[in-house]
Amino acid sequence: MAGFMSRRDLTLFVGFAAIVLLLPILAAPFGAAYPDLLQRFMIFGIFALGFNILFGLTGYLSFGHAAFFGVGSYAAMWSFKLLSLNALPAIIFAVAIAGVFALVIGYVSLRRSGIYFSILTLAFAQMCYSLAYSVLTPITNGETGLRMASSDPRVLDRLFFDAPAGVPVPSLFGMSLSGWNGFYFSAVFLLATFLLAMRITNSPFGMMLKGIKSNQNRMNYTGFNTRPYTLTAFVISGMLAGLAGALLVVTDPLAGAERMQWTASGEVVLMTILGGVGTLVGPVIGAWLIKYFENIFSSFNDNVLSSFFSFLPDGAREVAVTIAGKFVGEGWHLSLGLLFVLIVVFLPGGIMEGARRIGARFGRPRNGSRVGRQRELSPTAAE
Amino acid sequence: MSELKRGISRRNVLRTGLAGIIATGVSPLVFSRGAWAQEFCNNPTGSTVTFGLNLPLTGAYAEEGADEQKAYELAIKHLNGEGDGGLLNVLKPSALKGNGILGKKVQYVSSDSQTKSDVARAGATRMIERDGAIMITGGSSSGEAIAVQSLCQELGVIFMAGLTHSNDTTGKDKRRYGFRHFFNAYQSGIAIAPVLGEAYGKDRRAYHLTADYTWGWTQEESIKNATEALGWQTVQTVRTPLGAGDFSQFLTPVLNSGADVLILNHYGNDMVNSLTQAVQFGMRDKQVNGKQFEIVVPLFSELMAKGAGENIKGIFGTSNWHWNLPDEGSKAFTKSFGAAYGSPPSQAAHTAYVQALLYADACERAGTFYPPQVIKALEGFEFDGMGNGKTLYRAADHQCMKSVLVVRGNEKPTSQFDVLNVVKEIDRETANYDPAIFGGELGAAEPVPQCR
Repeated sequence: MAGFMSRRDLTLFVGFAAIVLLLPILAAPFGAAYPDLLQRFMIFGIFALGFNILFGLTGYLSFGHAAFFGVGSYAAMWSFKLLSLNALPAIIFAVAIAGVFALVIGYVSLRRSGIYFSILTLAFAQMCYSLAYSVLTPITNGETGLRMASSDPRVLDRLFFDAPAGVPVPSLFGMSLSGWNGFYFSAVFLLATFLLAMRITNSPFGMMLKGIKSNQNRMNYTGFNTRPYTLTAFVISGMLAGLAGALLVVTDPLAGAERMQWTASGEVVLMTILGGVGTLVGPVIGAWLIKYFENIFSSFNDNVLSSFFSFLPDGAREVAVTIAGKFVGEGWHLSLGLLFVLIVVFLPGGIMEGARRIGARFGRPRNGSRVGRQRELSPTAAE
Repeated sequence: MSELKRGISRRNVLRTGLAGIIATGVSPLVFSRGAWAQEFCNNPTGSTVTFGLNLPLTGAYAEEGADEQKAYELAIKHLNGEGDGGLLNVLKPSALKGNGILGKKVQYVSSDSQTKSDVARAGATRMIERDGAIMITGGSSSGEAIAVQSLCQELGVIFMAGLTHSNDTTGKDKRRYGFRHFFNAYQSGIAIAPVLGEAYGKDRRAYHLTADYTWGWTQEESIKNATEALGWQTVQTVRTPLGAGDFSQFLTPVLNSGADVLILNHYGNDMVNSLTQAVQFGMRDKQVNGKQFEIVVPLFSELMAKGAGENIKGIFGTSNWHWNLPDEGSKAFTKSFGAAYGSPPSQAAHTAYVQALLYADACERAGTFYPPQVIKALEGFEFDGMGNGKTLYRAADHQCMKSVLVVRGNEKPTSQFDVLNVVKEIDRETANYDPAIFGGELGAAEPVPQCR
């Protein structure tokens, strides 16, 4: 396995990159090809990929990742307010701060495993949320959310030029990062995260993490101190959550406390499980699916439904609209819940397991899936 | 196998992959170049024009959101010349013709903002970027309104705020592209203080419970200043999270604090819950400092009064509008809303309906949907007949200046809708204030930002 990555990984990465960059065209038939949603696809893809490095590889189920996401958002916003409108310092700052938070929270939480670890992370996250929501309002502006103002100091920018007129918006060396620019900017980070996740999964470090997942006691008995490994994984995934939070502020400059709530932590768990825990592409697909439901299903109102069912006669149409109306609009959670139940019951490995089964059914002669599984089990050549 | 390998060599994969990446990276730029051809965001070129309704259908303000939605649907019907025309007949001066706006039929898209600023922004962005909304309107929380208003300024789309009562909406967070018809906390303070002084005396000690976000903060400040000018003391101000549900932990310390008035800076379900719990605690039967303990809710609406039931009786507050006002506009609106939905409209519904009409009228007068022209048409526009008497859209802060109502929970309601009495109507001159006191900056209307 010489070189930077195996051919199989390269194909996977190129395929993934092509799909991501083609999304503005591919998502059009689904009504999802507008910058804001695609930006969210990228951002929550990063969030889920980062979460999967912890949950998918080590098996530690964190219920508090939204805290790092929110911390990243607030840190990026403060960088915009105090330092510069340039997105790069904001992202670096946000990732660093999220890393510090992850180090502290991880150091404490990782002393326990299993359900106790989950509860500890949940407790920390809820603490962060309450602090942001009502205690630290001078820093976070509470429920109203933190925004930029034209009167902010922005010392780095002021060194080079005077404050421009109008509403300040995040930029990349003068290029505005709203709309499609924001999408491509986030897409670059998603691809980089994907590459990183792939490298970690295939590295000796990744093997170690998988070992921890399959049997931590055995790892301990063979003489490994597992805690530094789990802590590293925790910090990496926390930093990626911070990166995602920062990107959300870059593309949509408002940092609200809701994104730290436990529902947001639960959402990333759902994304990962829905797509397939421990797989590379799975968490991203799960994130896209949930964001799609949240943004598109919730937008179907009775008008949209009745035009959808317009082929039915009058009485039947109203019945159909009433029934379908419970599952879309503000009832989109219901359809998502049903989908989740179906997937967990019939495809415990998530959507990726479904894809694998379909692949096996239609008998690919190269039986790539089995090769892949073997490769996962056997130590890699690099080791 | 080996042939296959030769077929897709690494070099080929790399080459085609890179070519693909570059091509796909460039192609959307080519597509989006077309967007620059239109002179402003979502210029309606077809036979229809789309409103984006951003409504809290879930969360603490869900009931207001549902009522606003009904009002918007009614307004759109009336604008398109369906139904009885509603307030189109009484708006003076009016350029509305009842054939849509500038001959284009009005339609709408909607989004559930969940009473959360984040979600409200995502919903508004979707309606602008994907659904081509020419204008965003709605909302029942100032947090949402301010968040969406600054977004609309960035995207160059006009925002007609729904129910938002914070001073910041047209104060320090005002925007050139945002307009508010509803009154604000400062005006509530001006209106309610004399009435409270008359009813409860000049020597009172007040305890504030405040929803912890922009509206709560500014209302607490405004009411505190207004009552302190009256001679009242403020014992303590406590912030409660929005949508808390259970307020008992905040209510317990009130009676031991020596306060004899409880001021609830809560709205929607929060107010229904906190008031009900305060009454269950027996606060309204207590005597403190030798005086009857009183509860004041500076802003409330008939929806909340209905929700609070018995507990609202005799409680003072302020309102933007009430359905049983005697003027032509109020009568016409109550009649067509009642005919369509079987209940009288709330103040949230009223402000939503009026905002939709005012936007449409401004477009007609401007003769275009081009936002800077529409903004000019709205700024300084003076009109009458919408139920609040003579009203001015103030140019300096985009705040509607009109009369304010002081209301009181009806002691003897004759029907389930007859829950409020209008105690006093504060006229526009009295409710007036200098826009400069809140600071803030509107920003420029031009150049119009491009939304894609």
